[in-house]
Amino acid sequence: MKTLVYINNNHFSAKASFEAVTYAKKLGGEVVVITYGDSTGAELLGAYGATKVLVDSSLANADEQQITRLVASAVESTGAEVIVFSHDLVAKAVAPRLSVRLKAGLVSGAIALPETANGFTCKVNVFSGKAFATVSVKTTVKIISLLPNSIQPENIGGSAVVETFNGNTGESSIKVVSTKKPEGNIPLPEAELVVSAGRGLKGPENWGIVEDLASALGAATACSRPVADIGWRPHHEHVGQTGVAIRPNLYIAAGISGAIQHLAGVNGSKVIVVINSDPEAPFFKAADYGIVGDAFDVLPKLTEAIKKFKNAN
Amino acid sequence: MNILVCISKSPDTTSKIAFTDGNTKFDENGVQYIVNPYDEWYSLVRALEIKESLGGNVTIITVGNTGDEAIIRKALAIGADNAVRIDAEPIDAFYVASQIATYAKKNNFDLILTGKETINYNGSQVGGMIAEHLELPYVSLASKLDVAGNVLTLEQEIVGGVQVVEVATPVVVSCAKGMAEQRIPNMRGIMAARTKPLEVIAPESLDLFTQFEAYSLPDAKKACTMIDPMNMESLVELLHNEAKVI
Ligand SMILES: Cc1cc2nc3c(=O)[nH]c(=O)nc-3n(C[C@H](O)[C@H](O)[C@H](O)COP(=O)(O)OP(=O)(O)OC[C@H]3O[C@@H](n4cnc5c(N)ncnc54)[C@H](O)[C@@H]3O)c2cc1C
Repeated sequence: MKTLVYINNNHFSAKASFEAVTYAKKLGGEVVVITYGDSTGAELLGAYGATKVLVDSSLANADEQQITRLVASAVESTGAEVIVFSHDLVAKAVAPRLSVRLKAGLVSGAIALPETANGFTCKVNVFSGKAFATVSVKTTVKIISLLPNSIQPENIGGSAVVETFNGNTGESSIKVVSTKKPEGNIPLPEAELVVSAGRGLKGPENWGIVEDLASALGAATACSRPVADIGWRPHHEHVGQTGVAIRPNLYIAAGISGAIQHLAGVNGSKVIVVINSDPEAPFFKAADYGIVGDAFDVLPKLTEAIKKFKNAN
Repeated sequence: MNILVCISKSPDTTSKIAFTDGNTKFDENGVQYIVNPYDEWYSLVRALEIKESLGGNVTIITVGNTGDEAIIRKALAIGADNAVRIDAEPIDAFYVASQIATYAKKNNFDLILTGKETINYNGSQVGGMIAEHLELPYVSLASKLDVAGNVLTLEQEIVGGVQVVEVATPVVVSCAKGMAEQRIPNMRGIMAARTKPLEVIAPESLDLFTQFEAYSLPDAKKACTMIDPMNMESLVELLHNEAKVI
């Protein structure tokens, strides 16, 4: 059996890519990566179990329709039976297209390796993280889109062979007018550590203490929905049932009440720390560590303690 | 513009999530269904705004049983012109997308809108699948959509940022926050919705790709450890030695 992993261009050293390749390796067969654009650094994926990286270097940029054609022709040429994506924004557009094109069942948002003893079933997050479901895939070719932070990448050493590949991707029908990528930001869905704050912070001018803690930890920042709605913070930071669902190792929430819709997006976090001045705040029921206190005092103290810890370790 | 808006039902966000029949079925007992928020707040309202400024028609479509007519009437009350219900259980995303694509193929839509995802299955699959069935471009997670002639300008979220793109119709778009503001239906809309056309169509038969076999709930959390707000060193110590997350 062969497994094909799609990796975004220039994402050869991203943790999410290591996770996807590790996952594919654990399926047991040979692992081949398909990507496009500049292949610099692509051989790195060999350390996680890929034997080969196919690169269509005739494309510098590609839309999702072109990426779908690229992956489909790589499936055809390798005979892969399982295709693995990291469940990011590209995968959310490409994997469904590919499912229709290849008549291959799609597991969207997998959080574990499949069970293959009796058919092919895979566990996914549903109800915005409030529950799990087991999905069985009935088709010969299967597509798995893996949620970030679901598996530990395993570096087993080695290097992959990089080969040129022509994917017959056709022309793009989408014209990119402009792109904005804020520098140095950790994309929220991939972040292992997240510091989040809500209405208890009282105004956007007070976010300095949140950002200080985030930068001391090397964490991404997030917020509750009202905070994004009023425009204190950008929309992409909004977590919860109607925002981004995340599952970091550590989620620190300050001045967030813990409404059910907020919890839905964050209760997949391994460890939750809640800072709230109200001892009755519902969030404490979902927390591992709780601090009843004023965020304006607690956050700077925690930042200091983190800095001290980092200096000592 | 002739616009098709795909809507789905989802349990009200405060619903208790539980399962029955040996954890193979979602327990609908006491569950209130709503229009999936992304479909209602963003795609439907933006479709109506486009129609109001440029003319055209807004059709809503859902794959579901008679029980789903409440959410259809709600969408009509907000302002859609007519509705289509494909009379079938929405088994999985592939099934739903295929049924909708079959309908869309027979009717010329300039624009097909879906929500970013449903809040129950969070699959984000239907839009992309419809687009592939129809061989159309697909712009996912759009937070802005402007129309000039047959060209759309959209802002969309991409990995690590946002981008602005242009694309000619027909096209499939999934809508996210920023696209429009929620509209509350008024009395006139609710009255009008009762008489708006609702077409019920039999599904085509399909081979299934996937099936939801069973459900489970996360393990109950152990009690929260309370920490003295004056002693953040002890929290750091616990995060390092006990939780091992830093
Ligand atoms: C359909 C629907 C979907 C929704 N989706 C989402 C979603 O995706 N994400 C989301 O977050 N919400 C969502 N909500 C909203 C949700 O119900 C809550 O209203 C929201 O999460 C509350 O945000 P908050 O905790 O920041 O604010 P509040 O509820 O106002 O809570 C502020 C908290 O800060 C505390 N506080 C105040 N001052 C301080 C201080 N100095 N120090 C420490 N603590 C302090 C207070 O005790 C309080 O607990 C949704 C609602 C609906 C109806």
